[in-house]
Amino acid sequence: MGLQRGHRAHPLEWMVERLIFAVSLSTIALLLLILVFIGRETLPLLFGHTNSALIQEVIPASEMDRLPTEELRRYLDMTPSQFRSMDRDTLLAIMKTREEAEAEIPGPFRQDPDARVNTLGWRYLLLPHAWTGYDQPEFVWQPVGTIHKYNIVPLLVGSLKVTLIGLLFAVPVSLGAALFVSQLAPPRLREWAKPAIELLAGIPSVVMGVFALLVLASLMQRLFGYQYRLNAFVAGIALGLTAVPLIFSIAEDALSSVPRGYTEAALALGASRWQTASRIVLPAALPGVFAAVVLGFGRCIGETMVVLMVSGNASTLSWSLFDSTRSITATIAAEMAEAVTGGPHYQLLFLLGTLLFVVTFVTNLAGDLVVHRLKARLEGTA
Amino acid sequence: MLGTALTGFATALLLLTLAVILGTVILQGLPSLSWRFVSTAPRRDFFDPQSAAVLPMIIGTTIRVLVMTVFVMPVGVITAVYLTEYARAGSPYTRAVRVAINNLAGVPSIVFGLFGLGFLINFVGRGIDSVTGAVGPHWGQPSVFWASLTLAVMTLPVVIVATEESLRAIPVGLREASLALGATKLETVVQIVLPNALPGILTGGILAVSRAAGEVAPILFTGAAYYMAHFPRQLTDQFMDLGYHTYVLATQSPNVEQTRPILFATVLVLLALTFSLNAVAIIVRARVRRAQRAGS
Repeated sequence: MGLQRGHRAHPLEWMVERLIFAVSLSTIALLLLILVFIGRETLPLLFGHTNSALIQEVIPASEMDRLPTEELRRYLDMTPSQFRSMDRDTLLAIMKTREEAEAEIPGPFRQDPDARVNTLGWRYLLLPHAWTGYDQPEFVWQPVGTIHKYNIVPLLVGSLKVTLIGLLFAVPVSLGAALFVSQLAPPRLREWAKPAIELLAGIPSVVMGVFALLVLASLMQRLFGYQYRLNAFVAGIALGLTAVPLIFSIAEDALSSVPRGYTEAALALGASRWQTASRIVLPAALPGVFAAVVLGFGRCIGETMVVLMVSGNASTLSWSLFDSTRSITATIAAEMAEAVTGGPHYQLLFLLGTLLFVVTFVTNLAGDLVVHRLKARLEGTA
Repeated sequence: MLGTALTGFATALLLLTLAVILGTVILQGLPSLSWRFVSTAPRRDFFDPQSAAVLPMIIGTTIRVLVMTVFVMPVGVITAVYLTEYARAGSPYTRAVRVAINNLAGVPSIVFGLFGLGFLINFVGRGIDSVTGAVGPHWGQPSVFWASLTLAVMTLPVVIVATEESLRAIPVGLREASLALGATKLETVVQIVLPNALPGILTGGILAVSRAAGEVAPILFTGAAYYMAHFPRQLTDQFMDLGYHTYVLATQSPNVEQTRPILFATVLVLLALTFSLNAVAIIVRARVRRAQRAGS
C-alpha cells in the first residue's frame, strides 16, 4: 500500500505525510536516547576521570596563584565554562574548604592505605581486594561508610544466580504447558487455559513480590528447611513466575504455527498424539522455543521489584542458592535515591544500568532474529 | 502417556498458582476493604489499619496513567499508521523501526527509570529550568509529569503493536473503494481506516494503561513519593502511587503482622484496577477478531 501514483498530493497532505514519517522515527530515536543518556552519566567513570579516594591530594590554598590555570581547573574538577564563571575569591574559598575537609578526616584513616586508592579503578571494580580489616582478598560491594567499596562481581553473580533459577523453573513449566495447551489438550480446556495462563502477565511484579514475600517464602522454607527465609532460590522461583506468561505465549505461538499438515501426516502414519507433539511439532518449532527462552532470560535479568522484595538484599558474593543475595536491578532501585547526582556511586549505578541495557538489547535482538527466521520458514513451507 | 501427564501437570501447576495468588489476595484483602479505605486519605500513620487509606494513591496512579495516555497514544497510533499505510514492507528503514519496537519492549523497566532520571529530569528538566531562570529546581526534579513521560516511553511498543494489528485487520477493499471514489490517501486513512480500527486502538490504549498502572520500578526515582500531605496540584508535583505504596507497606512496615490485612487490601485495589482493564481489552479484542473473521 505505498503512496498512490498518478495522483499528486496536496502540499498540506504532503506535509502531514512527512510528519507521520517523522513520528515513526520516535522508537529508533528513543532507543538511541536511552543508550546515549544512560551511557553519558557513566562516561567520567569509564574514562577514569572520577576519583573516589577518601584522601586526595590537596594543594594548599596559599599556592593557588602559582598553579597554571589549566592545572588549577583540573584540580578543582570543573568544566572550562564553570571555571571561567568563578572569581578569584570563590576559587580561594573552594580551595580552603578542600583543605579543611582533608584536615577533618579522622586519624585512623590517615594510616589506612585503602583511604588513598581510587576505588573506582577497574581493578577494584572487578577483582578481589584485601581491604583493611579483611583477612583475605574479597569481592565487596559497600557503597556506604567512610571508604566506599564498589566491587560489582557480587551483584553480577547475584543477578545470574537468580535468573538461572528463574529460567530453570520457568522454562520447563512454560514449555510443558505450551505443548499441552497447543497440541494435547481437548479444545474446550484449551479455550480457557490459554487466556488464564496469559492472565498471569496481568499481575504486576510488585504484587508477585508481595505474594512471594508473604506466602511463597514461608511455604518454601517449610518445604526445604533452609536457614534464610529470603534468598536467591525463592526470588528465582518468583522471578520465574513473572517470566512464565512471556515464555508460554511465544512458545505457544511457535508451536501453534507449525502447519497442520505435519500433525495430520504423523497421526495418519499411526503416531500417538504425544509422539506427534514431541517428535514432529516440537522439533519444527524449536527455533521459536529457543527464542522464548532467550527472551525469558532478558525478562528475568531485568526484573526489579520481585528480586528487590524477596532476595534478602545481601550484597555478598556467594554461590549457594539458599543464601540471601542481591541483583543488579535491585541495587539500582534500592540505592539510586541515596546516591548524590553526578557522584561516583551515581555513575556506577548508571554503569550497571548501561550493562543491563546492553545485555537485554543483545538477547532481544537474537530472540527477534530467530522468531523472524522461523516464521519465514514455516510460512514458506506451509 | 507420561509426556501428556507431565505437560498436563505443568499446565495445572500454572493454573493452580494463578488461583492461589488471586485467592490469597481476595481472601486476605477483602475483610479490610471498605468504602472508607478507598475514599479517604490516610490520617497519621498509613501502616496502622485504623487510619490506613488509599485515595491519594488511587488518584496519583490515575493521574500518571492519564498523562501517559495523552503522550503515548498519538505517537503510537501515528507510528502504526506509518508502518501499515505508508512504509514499504521489507525496506531497511521499516525493518529498523520494527527492530527498535521489539527492543524497546524488552528494555528492563528499571532502565526506563534511569532514562527518566538521566535524560528527562537531569537533562530536559534542568534545561527548562535554566532557560526559564527558575529559582531552585522546578522542572528539574522528580514529578508526576516526568514519571508519566517515562511510562509513555515504556508503553509505546504496546500501543504500536495493538494498533498495527487492528489496522491490518481492515480489509484492503475498504481502502481501495475510498481511493477509487477520489479520496486522497490521507483522507482514506483519517476517515475510513482509523474509525474502523478504533476498537483495536482503544484495546492498545487499555493494555498500555493496565501495564503501566502496576509498574513501580520506572517511577521509583522519577516521581513517586513516600508520603504527601496533599494531592498533586500541578504536573511538577510528586505523587503517591498505588504500586509504590504496596511496596512500601510490604517492606517498610514496623509491624508486619499488623500491616498484613491492609497490604492485601491495597493489592486487591491494584489488581482490581489492572485486571478489570485487562478484561476489557481482552473482550474488545475478541470482538474485533470475530468481526474480522466474519468479514474476511
